[in-house]
Amino acid sequence: MEFGLVELSRLQFAATAMYHFLFVPLTLGLSIMLATMETVYVMTRRPIWRQMTKFWGTLFGINFVLGVSTGITMEFQFGMNWSYYSNYVGDIFGAPLAIEGLMAFFLEATFVGLWFFGWEKLRPRAHMFVGWCVAIGSNFSALWILIANGWMQNPVGAEFNPMTMRMELVDFYAVLFNPVAQAKFVHTVSAGYVTASIFVVGVSSWYLLRGRHVELARRSIAIASAFGLAASLSVIVLGDESGYEATHNQKMKLAAIEGMWDTEKAPASFNLFGIPDQEARETKYAVKIPFVMGMIGTRSLTEEMPGIKDLVKGSERRIRSGLIAYEALLQIRAAKGDVTPDVKATFEEHSGDLGYALLLSSMVEDPLTATDAQIEAAAWKTVPGVLPMFWTFRLMVGFGFFMLLMLTYMFWTTNFRGGRYPQWALKVSVWIIPMPWLAAEMGWFVAEFGRQPWTVDGLLPTALSASHLSVFDLAVTLGGFVALYTTLLIIEMKLMLAAIRKGPVHDVEAVAAWNARHAPIAPQPAE
Amino acid sequence: MILHELLSYETLRVIWWVLLGVLLIGLAATDGFDMGVAALIPFVGKSDTERRVVINTVGPVWEGNQVWLILGGGAIFAAWPILYAVSFSGFYLAMFIVLASLILRPVGFKYRNKREGFAWRTRWDWALVIGGAVPALIFGVAVGNVLQGVPFSLQDNMMAIYPGNFLLKLLGLLNPFALFVGVVSLAMHVSHGASWLVLKTEGAVQARARRIGTYAGLLAIACFLLAGVWLAFGIEGYRYVSEPDHFGPSNPLLSEVVRGGSWIDAYATRPWIIIAPIMGVVGLAGQVLLMRLWSGWSVVAGKVGIFGIISTVGLTMFPFILPSSLNPDASLTVWDSSSSHMTLFIMLVCTIIFLPMILAYTSWVYKVLWGKVTPEEVSSNPNAY
Repeated sequence: MEFGLVELSRLQFAATAMYHFLFVPLTLGLSIMLATMETVYVMTRRPIWRQMTKFWGTLFGINFVLGVSTGITMEFQFGMNWSYYSNYVGDIFGAPLAIEGLMAFFLEATFVGLWFFGWEKLRPRAHMFVGWCVAIGSNFSALWILIANGWMQNPVGAEFNPMTMRMELVDFYAVLFNPVAQAKFVHTVSAGYVTASIFVVGVSSWYLLRGRHVELARRSIAIASAFGLAASLSVIVLGDESGYEATHNQKMKLAAIEGMWDTEKAPASFNLFGIPDQEARETKYAVKIPFVMGMIGTRSLTEEMPGIKDLVKGSERRIRSGLIAYEALLQIRAAKGDVTPDVKATFEEHSGDLGYALLLSSMVEDPLTATDAQIEAAAWKTVPGVLPMFWTFRLMVGFGFFMLLMLTYMFWTTNFRGGRYPQWALKVSVWIIPMPWLAAEMGWFVAEFGRQPWTVDGLLPTALSASHLSVFDLAVTLGGFVALYTTLLIIEMKLMLAAIRKGPVHDVEAVAAWNARHAPIAPQPAE
Repeated sequence: MILHELLSYETLRVIWWVLLGVLLIGLAATDGFDMGVAALIPFVGKSDTERRVVINTVGPVWEGNQVWLILGGGAIFAAWPILYAVSFSGFYLAMFIVLASLILRPVGFKYRNKREGFAWRTRWDWALVIGGAVPALIFGVAVGNVLQGVPFSLQDNMMAIYPGNFLLKLLGLLNPFALFVGVVSLAMHVSHGASWLVLKTEGAVQARARRIGTYAGLLAIACFLLAGVWLAFGIEGYRYVSEPDHFGPSNPLLSEVVRGGSWIDAYATRPWIIIAPIMGVVGLAGQVLLMRLWSGWSVVAGKVGIFGIISTVGLTMFPFILPSSLNPDASLTVWDSSSSHMTLFIMLVCTIIFLPMILAYTSWVYKVLWGKVTPEEVSSNPNAY
């Protein structure tokens, strides 16, 4: 494999995935909020709620379409750039992607067009039903994608087949109910709800600062701050759950996030600040909070948390065990499966560590000839970049708590202060609009960069997963995707801003008619 | 789990080969007319209102239709992982061109009408033409290459290798036969899009669509027949020397394949498959003729034609799916490139549950949206494209 190919392939996947995830979280959250607003409309028949639904729906549409566009690339990129990976794990990994299409994306995409075009063609109830189908479809999409992703973090229910040289499914329920996938799903969709809430609160605050569309803005803040408050609590709880799950299957990721080089006596402390140094294998200027890490990682005060150095020793043991599996595998393949039960038993005993032996394949021609020094070097490769992990994680969590505070404040002001939002709160709400996107991108970085050097944790090294392409191929497509996506992103932001500036289309007659009919029963709140 | 042994591995492989065809046909029969319509925008719509009418005939449905593409990708990944791996990486730059043009399409539909201005709208019109015509052409080019065999080989560890220079590889894909099949595909998509426009529009747009659709349909029939002759006399086929175990592990290297003879030999051993090309020709001819009488049935006839043409390719090549010209033993076939027994079974169960639901709600959506798209409707609906 040529130098740089794997790095370029990784860069391209990271870039296209992160662009895609600029659009997904807003879709996840806004689709549910739209359906909720429309439900309120159908129940109360107050035109303001329909107006709100249509206005936020316009913004939803501008965003949604780029989610769809950038999503096309995601579906095909595994085969294009990661063909060895695709064949090696496609038997398991492909299924959730296909089910996503069958169960979720078809539902979402078929109804989203009708939602926009069906306002006059459908009765309100039927239209509301269509909106819920879009929301359910997009959220189920996330479920299946995260089942696929969860399997890359915690590969369960699969076995290596020496005759086909790939992983094959043995337990579909294990893949489906993978605890990592479940925690990730709730964490990720909740992050999407927070994104949509911060967006709606922010845009509405901007209207209030300008004294425009006041009725729409106040109601939008009311609904979004309540939704967002619940969602940000869920993000944090399920983020914590992810940390707990990582203790069981990705100890290395957790140790890197924590910058914890040496195993700490229980209960482990949490590094609030520090500068991890990969070369020196230590974290400088560490500011520690006692007990906290032990609580997050083990939910106990007595369990130990292993440090990076001890985990590397474990990796070294697994590489040696993997080499035994590798040798048996060669025998099985040479004899086309016709080997003594001893060899088979040896292979089965060590096949769980086969991936660790493959770590050597990018260093030596034949892994069986690797020296002790090479094995040790390969074991150290199982440590991801600690400094970026350490800081990205802390920024993400910091942003998460800040958004929780802001949403709590807005919720409290709405419900206990009669919605008298102070100027500063409205301004902060506008300024933090980009924050959920930053936090979400950082979350993906921590999850996926922290998975390195593996594409599938412990099974398949990234260095072995890429397609046999040339650096030129990658240069063309990486440049092409970035140029195309950036152009589209700029156009999207401009259209978004134009639509926000333009504001909702006022349905003056309908509002007046409704008020005339209902004023005696439900007086308008003073505004 | 013992449940998956209800159906034998061999049966499941054949079922998934059929489903692969169903997905490709589904894509061409639904998203196919969106592509055809997009490719026709500046040619059937002369004013902005006319173009908006054209775009809005597919406006509410293209998103759902496009899922056939996404589902196709996912299903090939799940049911034929090595096919997914080898074909998408082997056609790398061609795939990139397809993706780039497909990415333009949703954005073009949605953003074109968000701003006034001749330059803005004309630019999106051409983006849509690219988004419709380029994938339709390249899908055909890909089929043309698959029929000739693709230059890849498999290492012992199943790593797929494609020797040669990147540029020569891309140019190699654009050989005369492949381009000719590309023309068949493009003409088929354009005529299908035109028949949809005849059904959904009135007046000048409808008349232009009918004229272009007639020519495109006739061109598709002629090229399809000529491609058949070319395939019979100019292209070598592939065949097994030793057929692999139909129930065996999915490893293409376990069988022996040679190049030689003709794909057309299949019609001697399985004469009944002649029904597929006949359906192709009759369907397309029906589409052209009915465009003047019952435009609704013209669209249906077009779908029958698409069904026939795509089935022709699959049935002619069976059991081959992706032959290798470089190392014929590595050719991917129905018997040696599928997922495991259990995955095929689980995916079949999911398909049986969800595909009828998809067809049901999609039909409901089409029913709600039934009827002609008129300039008045387009200008009065603020959500129209």
